[in-house]
This record gives sequence, structure tokens and C-alpha cells, in this order.
Amino acid sequence: MAFVANEVCVSTMKRRKQHDFAMEKNAAAGLREVVWMAGVATCIKLLLIPAYRSTDFEVHRHWLAITASLPLNQWYLDETSPWTLDYPPFFAWFEYALSFFACLTDPLIVNLTLGLNYEAPSVVLFQRGSVICSDLLLFLGAWRFCRSHPLHLQRLAYLAIFFSPGLFIVDHIHFQYNGFLLGILLLSLSYLKDGDDLVGGIVFAILLCFKHLFAIAAPVYFVYLLRHYCHDLMKFLKLGVSVISVVLAAFGPFLYYGQIGQVLRRLFPFGRGLCHAYWAPNFWALYNVLDKMLFYVLRKLGVHVMKEKAVMTGGLVGDLKVHAILPQITPGISMLLVLLAMFPCLVKLWKKPRKENLLICVAYAYTSGYIFGWHVHEKASLHFVIPLALAAINSVEIAKEFFFISTVSYYSLFPLLFEPREYAVKLILLILHTIVTWLTISLSFTSRWKNTKSGMFQENSYKEEIPILSLKKLVFLVGLVVVEVYGQLFHHLLFKEKLPFLPLMLISVYCSIGMLYSWIKQLIFVMSL
Amino acid sequence: MAPPAYRNGMFLLICVFAFFIRLLVSLHSYSGAQTPPHFGDYEAQRHWMEITLHTPVQEWYVNTSHNDLGYWGLDYPPLTAYQSFFHGLALNALEPDSVALHTSRGYETPSSKLLMRWTVLTSDAGIFFPAAFGFVIVFYAGKKFEELAWALSVILLQPALILIDHGHFQYNCISLGLTLGAVAAIGLQKDYLASVLFCLALNHKQMSAYYAPAFFAYLFGKSMRRKRPVLEVAKLGVIVIGTFMICWGPFLHSKKAVMGVLSRLVPLQRGIFEDYVANFWCASSLVIKWKQFCSTSLLARLALVATSLSFLPSVVHQIRAPSYRGFLFALFNTSLSFYLFSYQVHEKSILLPLLPASLLILEDFMLYRGIVFCAMFSMFPLLRRDGLVVPFIATFALHLLLLRFPFLQRKPSDAMRRQHFLSLKHLSNALFIMGLLLNLAYMFVKPPPRYPFIFEAVNAMLVFGCLVLLGVYSNLQQLAASSSNQNMNLDKVKAQ
Repeated sequence: MAFVANEVCVSTMKRRKQHDFAMEKNAAAGLREVVWMAGVATCIKLLLIPAYRSTDFEVHRHWLAITASLPLNQWYLDETSPWTLDYPPFFAWFEYALSFFACLTDPLIVNLTLGLNYEAPSVVLFQRGSVICSDLLLFLGAWRFCRSHPLHLQRLAYLAIFFSPGLFIVDHIHFQYNGFLLGILLLSLSYLKDGDDLVGGIVFAILLCFKHLFAIAAPVYFVYLLRHYCHDLMKFLKLGVSVISVVLAAFGPFLYYGQIGQVLRRLFPFGRGLCHAYWAPNFWALYNVLDKMLFYVLRKLGVHVMKEKAVMTGGLVGDLKVHAILPQITPGISMLLVLLAMFPCLVKLWKKPRKENLLICVAYAYTSGYIFGWHVHEKASLHFVIPLALAAINSVEIAKEFFFISTVSYYSLFPLLFEPREYAVKLILLILHTIVTWLTISLSFTSRWKNTKSGMFQENSYKEEIPILSLKKLVFLVGLVVVEVYGQLFHHLLFKEKLPFLPLMLISVYCSIGMLYSWIKQLIFVMSL
Repeated sequence: MAPPAYRNGMFLLICVFAFFIRLLVSLHSYSGAQTPPHFGDYEAQRHWMEITLHTPVQEWYVNTSHNDLGYWGLDYPPLTAYQSFFHGLALNALEPDSVALHTSRGYETPSSKLLMRWTVLTSDAGIFFPAAFGFVIVFYAGKKFEELAWALSVILLQPALILIDHGHFQYNCISLGLTLGAVAAIGLQKDYLASVLFCLALNHKQMSAYYAPAFFAYLFGKSMRRKRPVLEVAKLGVIVIGTFMICWGPFLHSKKAVMGVLSRLVPLQRGIFEDYVANFWCASSLVIKWKQFCSTSLLARLALVATSLSFLPSVVHQIRAPSYRGFLFALFNTSLSFYLFSYQVHEKSILLPLLPASLLILEDFMLYRGIVFCAMFSMFPLLRRDGLVVPFIATFALHLLLLRFPFLQRKPSDAMRRQHFLSLKHLSNALFIMGLLLNLAYMFVKPPPRYPFIFEAVNAMLVFGCLVLLGVYSNLQQLAASSSNQNMNLDKVKAQ
């Protein structure tokens, strides 16, 4: 008896050892592929250096100058340029750290007054280079999250994240630092996946002190950590103290200077309108259009409409009265709707605080924030597309959703780049993305895989092809082409210079239908957890 | 085996990606950007569009009041002139100012740059891409799909060609694409089509003549093995002469016109070499000052003899035992001989031996690796002058990554297993490290005032040494390959 038990024990140990060994080999082969793909992505980023840059380039250059030349208590007060510092303190510290190297490259970059609108090759190379280098965190986060998965699934995630047209367009052409911030989010998620809840929570707190827009997922984190980690008071205190100390490290100095109100006003400019100049494709885009349509229909019917002017966009001005017929929306209403939309996933997590449920809930929370949030930027779609890319490796259903929603949301970023030179760049980026994800999804989920020593794939047999797109989704995506062709070609033929906003409006309204559809699909996923 | 849908998807992906990289390189600077009064190759091409568009055909190669040959006069064969004419039509329709007669010199606006870039991009996608695809399908028909796809991406992503065409600004993709098409046609046993395509390549850029001995030797050798050799040779001759007649049509009305064009194509007065090119004449001129004690015509004759002697073994081999694989090696060997020994060689001419080496990627990986390092390092000074350092680094790094593709298990081919007196792997590694250090020094260290061009000269010497070793190696490769094996290969293609 004892002998048999011993035998079983030995064999399980052996199996476990083998399993560990396989995992390690997986991780090593995965790391090799990460390095390879990161290298290819970096080459593309290098080639994008001379591409178009938006004013965000000057915004970040100015922040370098602010943090380098002013004392801490002036950071959030300075108004030398309209591009005042409006990110949380950790991001300011990040700029501060960069400014050392900037000063070494070219002292004019960090000059508060002489550096305004500086556009020499040195500053372009430096700032583009800083984005490229900071993307290391994105690579690290993605690898850390995926490293225990089978190799072919890891590959799917890496291809979807490293070569995301959204990140190329927003970070490496338009100019922002989303890549490394998303990298921190992925790191946090990867710790939670490993069961390291405390570290995961702390990393998320750090992320919030870099960019507060990520806070939309905070309720999800809160519920999850409360139910999954805080089984006793000690743990609760441990987590609470660490998170509070992170926040204090960021905001403490400003509390000390008595500037906390000023900092918060900078971070949450509620004076801005419900929608950005180009409507992000969310619920409010549809709401606006419905309002306009009702307005015109009622006027045609002869009904006297009280508010004569239907202002088309909000933008920077604090004009909140944009709706003629439908009720006005206040920041409170939009926040309430976000929380309401998030509610199902919070309940689910409360009931089943499992780590495999977390990722999709986080993605869902960001989607909800995108759909109903106040003054949402189209760039915020990256916040849920990138986590969904990780979720895609868990199930073919999510992978299909990812294919659809990533295509729609990356397309909705097109208006960011409006110069003819980048037109082909963005178009080909999107085409490459669709081909790559299509191929990898169908290869990953239809064929049987074997890990060989070199990490090379071997297809033994193919099952039947899975339909990645249902007919209605296909029709919708073809509609994107129609919208684009109309905006580029037929609009000009039909209206000449009149109604210049129509193509943009069409893009955001059309994409918002796809976004809402995907939101509902995610809701169904969450409900079925 | 992967199902056809995935194969097509992969091919599409590779082509779109290769096009994308070209598009990104085209965002960067070009030769002679904003440097009056002479600008650079970009201005030359734009000027040719202007001239061909606004002057009659007979005056394209002649100095007239509208066509000042002293300012970027047309010195490429007629096909380039026709191509300039058609591109000029397109530019004239979209931005007439950019090709207006006289007034458009040095015309550079963002929109005209975009249009000019797209003329190269579309030529590349329309000629080079299909030729490369055709070649891979024909030559590597028996290989695994993954290897095939990898070979195609190596050929399409070869960095030197991308940088010269889409960075520096030239249309090598057309002449090299036509040559590649001819090579693919030979693989399909369509010798007449191959002759036509190669004649078109010759008529687009006279530099394609670097390949001419190999084409001649292979086609001649093969005709000699047919039943009626004289008739076969005569047929080929008629096709070649016919193609040339059609290309030269507008200039055939008088002997003077023909000689006028010819004198433009052979610029003897430009000296035996320019800048620091990694060839024999430049390298040896550090010791022997050729230009001082030899007249130009004597030097030209010397160059001709040296070139002929160096490609002789390869040509004789192809006449005696023509085979497809041997032909590819012969293309490499003859074009390398021209690069090393012929008259008036440019840094950019390294593209010619580079193409056949890239075609042999699955046959002789190390040869390609060595030559691609040589090409990149030898062109660095040129590309640096053009302000293309960033794309140089990016495309070079991308290519190195591609050569170390992790998803593919490459079995060492016969050629790689056979040990030679020199290990190409160590040679190319050493070259890579030395070239890297040298070019870093070139970038950041100020040369001593007595020798302002010391880095360029050492760089050229280094590359020249490696090229000679590679040339010796590949000649031996070509001669050592057993002919029976190749003939079988040839028959297999024939049977299909």
C-alpha cells in the first residue's frame, strides 16, 4: 500500500517537474519571441520618427521644461503656455526624469520660454526616442501576463499588442505615452493573475498616479481585491496602507503646499463639454445625432422649438447646453450611467471573485467608461482594446469579438491623422492588423499545436475553419469601407466645401453602433461568468 | 500543409508589410533635399520628367535652349526617359508647377514630394513585387511553405534596395524588377520572354549590363544543347535586336541621333571611380595613383580587361554546363566582377550583385549574409549625406531580425555544410563588428585634419577585402556544384 502511494507520489512529482520544465521552456521560447517581435515593432517606430506630430508633442515638451526649470510647488501653477500640466504627479516626475536626458541632448528643449514650439531634429529625436524606450514596459507587461500560456497563444497576444495600429497612431505618430501606461496596467493584471494581489493592487495605484483616466476600472479592482485578497483585517490593512502610501507619495507634496485643490482642478476639467470636438464613437454620439434629427423633424412639422441654435460640438468652451430637444447631460448623469453600466460586473466579481474573471471585467469596465463617460477621447478605446487582446487568448469567442472591436476602434482613430502623407500609413497599419489577427486567430484556434524544441509550430491537422466574422459583422465592416470612401471621395463630389463636419460625424456615429454592439456582447460575457 | 487560404493570407501579409516598410522609409529625407544649386538624384528624376514632358523626343538627349544637358542631363537609356514622361504626365495632372519647364528647378513642396515618392512606390509594387513572387514560386517550388514565405520576405525586405529607391530616390526597382522577371522566366523555360524582359532592363538602366555575360552564357550554352543550335541562337538574336529597335524607335532616324544618345550613356569623362567605392580601383589607388600615370582611355581598357578576366570562369562554366542554380551564381559572380573592376562604379552598384545573392537565400545563406553586410556598410557614407541614418539603422536592424527568424527551423543546406578554406560565418561576423565600430567612429569622431576622408577610405578597403573573398568563394561554389544534380533540377522544371 505504502509502496503504491509512494509510486503515485513519485510519479506526480515527476509529472509536476515535467510540467514546470515545460512551463519554463515555454516562458523562455516566449521571451525569445517577445524580443524578436519587440525588435520588429521598434524598427517600425524608428521609421515613424519624421511622421506628423500633433500639438501633444509640444504639450509634452513643455512639461519637460516645466518640471526641469520650476520647483515642485510651481508645477501645477505655471501658465507660461496654454499647455498646462494636467496629468497626475507621477507622470510629472516621469517628465522630470526625462528632462535630465533632454538637457544633455539639447538644453533648449527644457527652456521654459525659449523652448516654446521648438521643433529642431534634436527634440524630435529625443521625444520620439523616449516614447520608443518607454514602450519596454509594454513589452514586459505583455510577456509577464502571457508567459505561462502555450506558445502559439502567446504569439497571438504579442502580435495584437505590439503591432496595434492604435498604439502606433496615437503614440508614435500623434504623440502620447499610452504604451508604457498600458504596460503598467498589464503588469498589474499579470501580478493579479499570478495570485500576487498585493503587488497587483499597488501597481494599479501607481498607474492611477500616472494617468487618472485609468481610474474607471478602480471599482472593479476594489471589489476584486476586497473579496479575493482581504480575507482578514490584517490583509485589508496591509493593502489599504500600501495603496494610501502610494497616493500620498504622489499627492503628498501638493497637500503640504496646500495646492491639492489646484491639482484636482487641473486633473478634472469638467468645464469641457460632453463630447470632444470630434465625437468619440460612443453612446453620446448617437444621442447627439438623435437630438439633431428630432430638432429638424420637429421644425419641419412646424413645432416651435425653444432653443434655436443646435451647437454642433462642445470642444474647449464650457458650453453645456448643446442639446435642443433631449435632456441636457451633466457630468453627474454620465458618471451615474457609467457606474450603472459597470454594476453587473461588480456584482459578478463580488459573487465569484476568481482571477480568471478579472481581465474581462476590467476590459468591460473600460468599455463602459468609454461608452458613457464625460468628454471621452477616441484614444481611450485603447484602454479596453489592449486588455481584450490578452483576454482573446483565453477563448475563441473573445478572440472573435476582439477582431471585430479592434478593427472598429482603430478605424475610429483615423481622423486623428488628417494629412495626406500619413493617409496610406494609417490605412496599411489597419490592413496589416486585420490580416495578422485574422491569420493568427484562425491558426491558433483551428489547428492542433505541438511545441518543438525550437518553438516552431507544427500543424498536424486542420479542423474546419471557424467563422471569425458572422454575416452581420462582415456587413458592418464593409460599411466602414463605404463610410471611408464616402468621406474621402463622394462627399467632396456631392457637397463641395459644404458640411465639412459630415464625414467625421458619419465615422463617429457609424463606429459608435459597432462599439455599442461590442459593449453589449461584453456585457453578455460578463453575465455568463 | 497549410490550407490555401492561409498561404494566400501569408503572401498577402508579406507583400503588404514590405510595401509598408517602403512607405515608411519614404517619409524620410532624400538625396539633395533643400541643397541648391544642384540638389541630388531626386531633382535629377524630377528634371527628367520636366524635360521629357515639355520637349520633343528628338531633343531629350540633345543640348537645346530648353534642355541644358549641363544641369542633370538625361544619361539613362530610352526606357527611363519614357518612364519619366509617363510619371511627368501624372505629376502634371496633379501638380503642374512641380514639372513646369524652366521654373520648376529645385521644386520641393510636401505634396510634390509625396507624389514623387508614390511614383517609386507604385513602380516597385507593380514590377518588383510580382517578379519576386514569381521567382520564389518557380525556383523554390519544392520547398516547404514556411521557407518559401521566408525567402520571399528576405528578397522583398532587402534593406539596401529599399533605402536607395525610397530614401535616396531612384528607380532601381524597375530595372532590377525586370531583370528578376527575366530570371523567373528562365526558370519557367520561357527563354524568349526572359530575353525581352532583360533587354527592357538594359534599356531602363545601362547598369543592368552587369548581368549581361551571365544571361548570354546561360542562353547561349542552352541553345548549343538544342537540336539546331544556330537557329536557336539566331532566334534569340532577332528577339534581342527587335526589342532594342522598339525601345530606340524615336532615335533611329539617323546615325547622329543614335550616337548622341550613346555618348550620353557612356560617360567616360567622369573618371574611373567616384567618392570611396569599395572596388579594386579605389582600394588600389591608395598605393598606385592610377589617375596620374594612365590616360582615361587606357584606364577604361584596363578596366574592361580586368572585368572580363574576372567573370570569365563563371561565363565559361555556364556555356559548358548551363543550369538554373549555376545561372543564379553566375549572375552574382559577373555582377560582382563588374562592381569590383569596371569603369565608373558607384556605391549604389552594389545593389546588382546583392539581388542574385538574395535570390539564393535558401541555397547559400552565409553568402547572402556576407554580401548584405558589405552592401550596407559600403553605402553608409552616401546615406549619411542624404540624412538617412535613422532609416538605415531601422531597416538594417529589421533585416538582421528577419535573418534570425525564430519561427523557422532552417536545415543547413549542402552548401553550408561543405567546409571551405574560409568560414563565411566568421568572416561576416568579423565584418559586421568592424563595420559597426568603424561607422560609429565615422558618425561621432572627428577625423584628423590631415586625412579628412580616413573613415570612408578604411571602410571602402574593409568592404573591398570581404567582397574579394566572397567573390572567390562564390566562384568556387558555382564551379563545384555537380552538374548532374543541376541538370536533373532543370529537367524537373521542364517536366512541369
